Amino acid sequence: MPMEQTEIEKLIKASLPDAQVEIIDLAGDNNHFSAHVISSAFEGKSRIQQHKMVYEALGDKMGGILHALALKTSIKKD
Amino acid sequence: MTDQTTQNIQTTIDTNAVVLFMKGSKKMPQCGFSSAVVNALSYLEVDFKDVDVLEDGELRDGIKTFSDWPTIPQLYIKGEFVGGCDIVKEMFESGELSAYLKDKKIPHKE
Repeated sequence: MPMEQTEIEKLIKASLPDAQVEIIDLAGDNNHFSAHVISSAFEGKSRIQQHKMVYEALGDKMGGILHALALKTSIKKD
Repeated sequence: MTDQTTQNIQTTIDTNAVVLFMKGSKKMPQCGFSSAVVNALSYLEVDFKDVDVLEDGELRDGIKTFSDWPTIPQLYIKGEFVGGCDIVKEMFESGELSAYLKDKKIPHKE
């Protein structure tokens, strides 16, 4: 069961309210996405911790119905 | 996850400097994400151990719990979790991976 792009964005923003989320549907099939998440909450965290924060926001979707999410995280600068 | 699985993973990462938990083997990756990491390591001429999680259901789930990371592949260097496909690719492209290997004294092409 594919996942809507807007749903991914909603889940991420629920956990990281200030996040800017850019999602690209890589194959146009609602199934292979890339996401660039920019948030000030990443400040001082390692890249692994930053990715984990996004994975946690997505809950059990990640690795389950969301097989293909290429992820990039950046720290938001004011 | 059984204690035996945890023990096996620990032993594997303790006894091999560079370990890639992946789908398929380094000669025949079964997934594009695993393949991307194999390519990066091969480009840097790193000698690494490949562990095919598809051969062992217990391990396939176990490694996710062990690393607290939801996806495969997973790269370990000197017993430390380095990242999955996205992180390794980003590190490779920025030259960070090469620097990391050098820092950990892993022979590779510079």
